[in-house]
Amino acid sequence: MIPPTIVPPDSSLDSQPQAPASLTASRPFYWSVRRELWENRSLYIAPLIVTALVLFATSLGMLTLLGRAGKLPEDSVVKLVLERLIFVPAPIMLATLLVGLFYSLDALYGERRDRSLLFWKSMPVSDRTTVLSKASIPIVVLPLIAFVLSLATFVILMFLGIPLLLILGVSPATVWAKVRFFEEPSLMLYGLTVHALWFAPIYAWLLLVSAWARRTPVLWAALPFVAVSVVERTAFHTSYFGALLKYRVTGAMTEAFGGMPKRGDPGALGLLTPVRFLCAPGLWVGLALAAAFLAIAVRLRRNREPI
Amino acid sequence: MACIEARGLRKTFGTTVALDGVNLRVEEGRILGIVGPNGAGKSTALNAILGLTPYHGELKVLGRDPWTERDSLVSEVSWIADVAVLPRWIRVSQVLDYVAGVHPRFDRPKAERFLAKTDIKRASKVRELSKGMVTQLHLALVMAIDAKLMVLDEPTLGLDILVRKQFYDSLLNDYFDRSRTIVVTTHQIDEIQDVLTDFVFVNRGRIVLESSMEQFESRYLEAMVLPERVAAARALRPIRERQVFGRSILLFDGADRQQLAALGDVRSPSIAELFVAVMGQESGEAKGAPA
Repeated sequence: MIPPTIVPPDSSLDSQPQAPASLTASRPFYWSVRRELWENRSLYIAPLIVTALVLFATSLGMLTLLGRAGKLPEDSVVKLVLERLIFVPAPIMLATLLVGLFYSLDALYGERRDRSLLFWKSMPVSDRTTVLSKASIPIVVLPLIAFVLSLATFVILMFLGIPLLLILGVSPATVWAKVRFFEEPSLMLYGLTVHALWFAPIYAWLLLVSAWARRTPVLWAALPFVAVSVVERTAFHTSYFGALLKYRVTGAMTEAFGGMPKRGDPGALGLLTPVRFLCAPGLWVGLALAAAFLAIAVRLRRNREPI
Repeated sequence: MACIEARGLRKTFGTTVALDGVNLRVEEGRILGIVGPNGAGKSTALNAILGLTPYHGELKVLGRDPWTERDSLVSEVSWIADVAVLPRWIRVSQVLDYVAGVHPRFDRPKAERFLAKTDIKRASKVRELSKGMVTQLHLALVMAIDAKLMVLDEPTLGLDILVRKQFYDSLLNDYFDRSRTIVVTTHQIDEIQDVLTDFVFVNRGRIVLESSMEQFESRYLEAMVLPERVAAARALRPIRERQVFGRSILLFDGADRQQLAALGDVRSPSIAELFVAVMGQESGEAKGAPA
């Protein structure tokens, strides 16, 4: 039975405009993501700090080249500068990865602990929207943050490098010509995407535990894996489970890049193996697990009460 | 249409029975107070009404099943669970933005008008506000939501009397009209006696008394009787008796006003007095009942 939607004429609110139905579907999701960023400022502050450190360290590294001004041939200066630029994204990505793990472990636990769960539940945002918005933080938002920050760092370093290169007697144009302006960002985006997809079950598992645990979610998140490994090792003297875990951590590299990129030429798009990645059963098993974990997390959030 | 309709509502936690077959019907436009000792099942009942907990039995809120149809129901119900649930990290301006963003029935200018009457600053975080201010903020948000049903679970717990008074005043004057329904639980029954249109007493998961204020006022009388007339008064079978300054105050259920007036001063009792009387009978029965 559908209750009448007509507001009685004596209501003081009858002039209130109603949001169109199309808006109401995506708006709760958008605002849920925004509120996550309000609450967890470390999501962007920690990567920003790491970015600042990377900027500082890389600039410093470039400055040390000054000591060798005039002694180096142009070729090796270009090579040294490019080598330093290559290591920019890795620490930033690592920072967002760590932030994402800690975030996921607290996302559905913190709101129960501080009882704000009751406030969030009084708003017309479904448990599914909430859990999906929280899952989107480590899987979508943080990789995007890493991408933007890495790219910005790159650009800043390129400009900071101009006077340095001039002092070293190298034309910045020679260096810029060697930077693959399309390849580098594409590579970064590819790397971030495959890792987000590959790690999705990890984040989803942490969200599940954070929705379930009454205390110390970090312990409950790790315990089953440690327990299974230990049981397998003592009972069967094998370590298939451990290998499986290792594959989950490093598999994205193996499947998407055909192994670790060679240091000499890490920028080559030719090294990528997207087809192999898309055909890897590990990817699809992982995504299926992630979907299952998130579905359970939605159910748990529906049933759980503040602690 | 009844706003809330429950038939045989049951809920158990392990071996503890929180709700033991509750039947309740709340018509639209009523203000119902749910009164009961701690652990009587008040919060469980409210959680069931709000779709926060599954239950056995039949329950319809605004014509819908709150557990299975919670997502469609929640925008028509506003609620304050208790004073401390607003997230402490959020800024006042952020919480306004958020509610305006997700709630199709939120009237932001209205909330702003409520807030303008307080000392709450937009840039403050909830953790920087006093307890009374947090309640004012929460109330401003909830009152600006055009909901058909408002549920208040101990909304004034831990607040001083001035804030409590203000809370119910604005609830009545700025929010309530006859098309809305309010359900409230509180321990400070006396303070909301004038606010309510109906009340129920709950104990051990059951409704032990259900009454509208009109029924209550005509059915229950309290007589203040001098010692020499106490025996005569007792003959009329009061449900409770207490001593104040050497005089006996006796509470009667369905006694004749004229008859009582001959024995002493007659007045309407407070709900709290009736509550104590009813709970006294309840525990007496429980003790007297064979195990």
